[in-house]
Amino acid sequence: MSAAPQRAKAGAEKIEVIVSAVLPLNDLVTRFEFKRKDGNRFPTFSAGAHTVVHMRDGDRQRLNPYSLMSDPADTETYAISVRRDDEGRGGSLFMHNNVKVGDAMEITYPVNLFSLDLRAKKHVFLAGGIGITPFMAMIAQLERSSDSWELHYSVRTEALGTYVDQLVSKYPNKVRIYYDDQSQSINLENLLDGQPLGTNVYVCGPKGMIDWVHKTAAAAGWPDANVHSEEFTAPQPGKEFQVRLCRSEKTITVGENESLLEAMEREGVDAPFLCRGGACGQCETNVVSSDGEFIHRDHWLEPDEHGNKIMPCVSRFIGKSLEIDR
Amino acid sequence: MSKFQFPESIKSRPVYGTLKARPGKYHLMIADAEGAEAILHLHEQDAGLMAKAHIIYIPKGSNLGERLRAIRPAQYYEGPTYEAAASRIERVLEATHMGTQIYLTGTEGLMGQAMRACMNAGIPHTAIQTEHRGSVARRMQCVHCKGITEDVETDPFECSHCGLNLFVRDHYSRRLAAFQGVCIDAEDPGNVPEKVELYK
Repeated sequence: MSAAPQRAKAGAEKIEVIVSAVLPLNDLVTRFEFKRKDGNRFPTFSAGAHTVVHMRDGDRQRLNPYSLMSDPADTETYAISVRRDDEGRGGSLFMHNNVKVGDAMEITYPVNLFSLDLRAKKHVFLAGGIGITPFMAMIAQLERSSDSWELHYSVRTEALGTYVDQLVSKYPNKVRIYYDDQSQSINLENLLDGQPLGTNVYVCGPKGMIDWVHKTAAAAGWPDANVHSEEFTAPQPGKEFQVRLCRSEKTITVGENESLLEAMEREGVDAPFLCRGGACGQCETNVVSSDGEFIHRDHWLEPDEHGNKIMPCVSRFIGKSLEIDR
Repeated sequence: MSKFQFPESIKSRPVYGTLKARPGKYHLMIADAEGAEAILHLHEQDAGLMAKAHIIYIPKGSNLGERLRAIRPAQYYEGPTYEAAASRIERVLEATHMGTQIYLTGTEGLMGQAMRACMNAGIPHTAIQTEHRGSVARRMQCVHCKGITEDVETDPFECSHCGLNLFVRDHYSRRLAAFQGVCIDAEDPGNVPEKVELYK
């Protein structure tokens, strides 16, 4: 993964948008469409990119990353599909319950941590549930360039099969749906066997699915470079802890239900970030001193960095004292 | 011992490792000269490999072919030159699938050309294993006439195409599978340093 660009201010540049459509797709998933407030066109994005949506929830600011799932060539409208998570930290619930057509919001410029390898001779997509979203954009991009692809999409039930009808009717020979409640599952070993040289596999779904794909592909002799995955980790709640920010000369308390990054932002500290899900590396922060235990939840740091670095977007700390270089 | 420790150099210069048996559906091994020893060593690591292996070997005057045959790979081919084997390598790569492991060993020229063929077939270069064995002679491209001179053993050397005196650089092209040779006496024609054997 390459380093994200260094910027003067935290996060990717923002775009002011108006919510142009709110379309419930099923019991759990709703699509939100945005147009630019200034009437201009959006930048084109590369399929697989996400945007961080800024939500103003009372006096609390929520920032959640969502994959852009609209056609990357459509610069009139950006669309995301949000799965409601009743047990989550509230961002998706806020989107579902509070966001209405005509609302003004801010989203960031697209950032891509899950891009297509366009040297590939063929692209095989493996989606689990709401993991379908980046593939919607990838499929649109590859259809335009007439590249070879196929999608294997695992959903819980027919009723919860987001975009299943659309995909199956448009691409009947390229899409296969697997229904959990009918005990159907992707036969991965079989699927990987015999793929042409230069095939790339992409997986987006629950962590277990991602690990399973990496492991099975490696055992079948697939190079790591041909297996791509994206997983955003939502910050998990945890015990309250104190942290000294030595550059800002502040000592702050990270509450039970907020991340270290969110606590710094609440205190007005301009901390860098891009994905807010432990994947991009942008918020990496040096630990100056610590007496206690880290709870590392990111996909970025190497194990040997765990003592002297922390990713404030998803990771926490339990112990006596923590001082970080921010 | 056919191994040579190359000194550290610029980033462009390829570095080689040691072949290790990896899980795979099919194992394509391409070697020349003393590279055969690295394949024999691979066989010692995992004797099961050979049942799914295809060895393409260019002896270049060595007599290790019989020993390779004796470890009974599923397929074995021996050819006089890389050029003679090239169409076979291309055909094998066309028909092969994901899950194929590639092992390249021997001289730099052989590994470079075979790696180029594999990359063109869609295998990322990071997934291709290499192990240098035998001669340190290089495959050089004259940056002036673009002609390739194989098995260059001295620095400087004369381009086998245009005759210029060329300085042997570590600057390497994966696309050409060759190091770059640059005219050494362009500004003062005839003022050519004495030839020195590479790495001597």
